[in-house]
Amino acid sequence: MPDLGKYAETVLSAYAVSIALLIVLVTVSLWRAKRVKKQLEDVEMKAKRNG
Amino acid sequence: MIALLIRDLRLAMRAGGGFGLGLAFFLIVVVLVPFGVGPQSTLLSSIAPGILWLGALLACLLSLDRIFALDWEDGSLDLLATAPLPMEAIVTIKALAHWLTTGLPLVLAAPVFGLLLSLPEAGYKPLILSLFLGTPALSVIGTFGAALTVGLKRGGLLLSLLVLPLYVPTLIFGAEMARRGAAGLDVTTPLLMLAGITCGTIALLPFASAAVLRVNLR
Amino acid sequence: MNLNALWEYANPKKFISTTDRVLPWVSVLSVTALAAGLIWGFFFTPEDYRQGSTVKIIYIHVPSALMAINAWLMMLVTSLIWIVRRHHVSALAARAAAPVGMVMTVIALLTGAIWGQPMWGTWWAWDPRLTSFLILFLFYLGYIALWEAIENDDTAADLTSILCLVGSVFALLSRYAVNFWNQGLHQGASMSLDKEEHVADVFYYPLLVSIAGFVLLFIALVLLRTRTEIRARRMRALLARERMG
Repeated sequence: MPDLGKYAETVLSAYAVSIALLIVLVTVSLWRAKRVKKQLEDVEMKAKRNG
Repeated sequence: MIALLIRDLRLAMRAGGGFGLGLAFFLIVVVLVPFGVGPQSTLLSSIAPGILWLGALLACLLSLDRIFALDWEDGSLDLLATAPLPMEAIVTIKALAHWLTTGLPLVLAAPVFGLLLSLPEAGYKPLILSLFLGTPALSVIGTFGAALTVGLKRGGLLLSLLVLPLYVPTLIFGAEMARRGAAGLDVTTPLLMLAGITCGTIALLPFASAAVLRVNLR
Repeated sequence: MNLNALWEYANPKKFISTTDRVLPWVSVLSVTALAAGLIWGFFFTPEDYRQGSTVKIIYIHVPSALMAINAWLMMLVTSLIWIVRRHHVSALAARAAAPVGMVMTVIALLTGAIWGQPMWGTWWAWDPRLTSFLILFLFYLGYIALWEAIENDDTAADLTSILCLVGSVFALLSRYAVNFWNQGLHQGASMSLDKEEHVADVFYYPLLVSIAGFVLLFIALVLLRTRTEIRARRMRALLARERMG
């Protein structure tokens, strides 16, 4: 851990906030990708069965 | 074209909304400001140009959804679309009608409201001129926003969200001109910029509005 | 290379099968570059003699600000492609990029505010760059809200792409208007080609790596989200057909 001096709080909070936001964005994107893929497969299965 | 303009103006008059509502809203904003910031006339006179511009802008925004909403509901917009008139002309006329019923009264009423906010003597001419030059742009940009949201239920809030960022340049130059005028400074640069923005939007934006309206009527 | 071959990727099936192969690589690369840039910047760079350790925020602030603008540019280009050639993938890519761009704008604004507090003594100042970014954020909000509000996919794509074009012009106008309105506190460009204005090399190289990381992350996210949008669109089409028949 580098010595951040008197600005430790500033630097750490900036990194924490940004990385948290990026992780939220990635998680939401992945989660939605998975859900939509699953839903589409269900719909396609149903469509096939119905002919 | 003139027939359409007259029809729109008459409708606005009959509905009682156009003239009255925007002006009343403007008045209320101006009356509420001293309650919010305190009655000191030095403070009021320094923020008066900005408040007047902001009030005019919000009053303009308030009446935007009426531009196409009524015509959309009773189907006359579809009729207009099949008329020999090009869509660009229709949206221009609509914007003009909106300006005549909302923008122009605001410009004319602004000096009276300036009195209420103890606007400095030197500020009246630049204020009126800046509003006169700026409000047409507000109407034209607003028509674009109204065309975007025409088919939507509860489009009012979305309309504000879309239109307000587009109002930023007009507001900046308009209010800057009024402020400089009130402080007795030279207003040429903001005046020219404001006039340029207004001319540019009037020349180009009707094409975008017409394209949007065509998509919405498809 | 034959440029016409590029249009093949406008076919949704082809797009999905290609990105199936490309996406893992881009993701791995972006995570690597991002981690390398940020770790290098955070642990192994010296402090600036005036800003102290807060200079380390640059490794997030500058790349996110760059991507916030580039995301809008990308949306502008894809919107134009949609208007001219009407490829669905293009419109959906613009839709997919908007939230990513918005998050980048928020990151740039937040890190700027956190940095400004000790350096300028204030969280927020009505400085031209800060103000322009706030306005850019509003544009993103409006654009995303319009996509969400319209049910018909093609109508939504048409309207949002026109909004993107008009918005770009007004965003540019606002940038200059804001410049005129207030001279700012913000330092000049940290990434100019002019060597004199550059930040020093010790800060520059990790910054480059970090920027590469953000660019790759943006690409990966846009590819992923575009695939999602393509599937969602196909699903809506299938469901609509089912209801009809």
